[in-house]
Amino acid sequence: MATEKKEYWRWHEYNWHDPDIDWRDAEIITAGVDVGSVSSQAVILVDGKIYACANMRTGHSSPESARKVANWALEGTGMRIEDIHYVVGTGYGRVKVPFANRAITEIACHARGAVEIYGNSVRTVLDMGGQDLKVIRCDERGKVLNFLMNEKCAAGTGRGMEVMADLLGVPIGEVGPRSLQVDEEPPPVSNTCVLFAKSEALGLLREGWPTEKVLAAFCRAMTDRVYALLEELGVQRDLAITGGIAKNVGIVKRLERKLGFEALKTEKDPQLAGAWGAALFAKVLYQKERAQKRQAC
Amino acid sequence: MIAVGIDMGAKNVKAVVVRDGEQIGRSIFETGFDRYVSARKAFEGALQDADVGEEDVGVVVATGAGKKVVTFAEKQFTVMACNAKGIVRLFPSVRTVIDVGAEEARAIRLDETGKVIEFAINEKCAAGAGAFVEAMARAMEVEVGEFAQLSLASTKAIPINAQCVIFAESEVVSLIHAETDRADIAKAVHDAMAARVGAMSQRIKVQKDIALVGGVARNIGFVQSLKTFLKEDLLVPPDPEFVTALGAALLGMEGEESD
Repeated sequence: MATEKKEYWRWHEYNWHDPDIDWRDAEIITAGVDVGSVSSQAVILVDGKIYACANMRTGHSSPESARKVANWALEGTGMRIEDIHYVVGTGYGRVKVPFANRAITEIACHARGAVEIYGNSVRTVLDMGGQDLKVIRCDERGKVLNFLMNEKCAAGTGRGMEVMADLLGVPIGEVGPRSLQVDEEPPPVSNTCVLFAKSEALGLLREGWPTEKVLAAFCRAMTDRVYALLEELGVQRDLAITGGIAKNVGIVKRLERKLGFEALKTEKDPQLAGAWGAALFAKVLYQKERAQKRQAC
Repeated sequence: MIAVGIDMGAKNVKAVVVRDGEQIGRSIFETGFDRYVSARKAFEGALQDADVGEEDVGVVVATGAGKKVVTFAEKQFTVMACNAKGIVRLFPSVRTVIDVGAEEARAIRLDETGKVIEFAINEKCAAGAGAFVEAMARAMEVEVGEFAQLSLASTKAIPINAQCVIFAESEVVSLIHAETDRADIAKAVHDAMAARVGAMSQRIKVQKDIALVGGVARNIGFVQSLKTFLKEDLLVPPDPEFVTALGAALLGMEGEESD
């Protein structure tokens, strides 16, 4: 029997719903589906309140991933996709969400979702996604004022982090905490190219560096890269971090050290920001559509 | 007089021995963890190949990213200067030399004496360097040589949208899953890399004749793709990875001042 290769990059996928809410009594049910390059999320709102969600890896087909993640969020709820009044698709695969009423860019959705998750003191959103890195300036309602992004290169993205986790054989959830287990910060590896960072890391391992120290060198490089983009747009407080890397303390702590202040914290899943923002837009759009229909009558 | 040029590459150290302007020996050694040791081994290997002793050597010249570790070298030159010098010795008609190594790529415009006029360089990113093709060949589980051969069997032009090696790897994996012909994937990879290197070269206004050197010049798939991109023929010397080391030795020979 072939032994299965351990997938260190694999992060925690989950679905959830609130058993205390009865959606059958609801007036408006909306959903946001964020099909990213690496992960997909669905958020279902019942009268504007979160009712269900799911977060999973994106498959080879965007339409299939969209359907899969939405159905997984609805698992055990008795609700079907057809029961949802309005669906907004977002993310890299947003135009390929077959059951969406509309597609909205992930920039707008992330800003809106960040304000919902972290509160209306947010003025800068740092979204560290699977294959891109964005800095968004927004107002207290989550309206986008300006943004910058890097989508051409894996340096500073979740995909880069996965490559490193795989190389070092460290489960991705442990990368952050273990990277902080060093007495002193080592010099960073290349922050311009993940492939160069990878070959440098291999060299350091050969030299006898402990895994934690190599992780620290990589996290530091990644932080430098992210910080440069933040500086380019200018950081206005408060800062909210969304996307998968928001869960990596190795990056968040180092970034806070460089910035000299702390990013906002939340109990909610910051990876849901895009889908959550999309679901909120869906609610507004549905209400508008309904009002127009009434007028027409 | 005997001069030795040592080119400290990211992947391999190359050494060339020159006597009175003629190449008489050479050696290549994988860049190990201790780069000084690798340099010594390449140096000694080249001397052995030339059948001369260390005491006969008049001057040692180092070049390449790790040239500073070659503490036994009297002189250092930039890779660009060495490339230009080396290529006019082999092909006097060359006015542009494109050098593609494992982790860097450069394009250099030169005059008939082998002096650098202008250059462009890519050293921050693996896209457009040998590491790109290596990563893609690994994704397809074939040797780089075989991967290059495969490329020649295809006439299709499939675009690879990602520039980044890491992202391009996912694209190649998607192509494999979509059961795209392997030859077509190989050509797509070489075309993508050629577009990158070609665009960099065009920044310095490529002038004929054009030569391609560096380890990647051995990749016939890439050579073909770059020819197509530039719409020009390319001169490839028989030992393209040694041109820089040869140029280094020649510069040392001529008593040029060190950079």
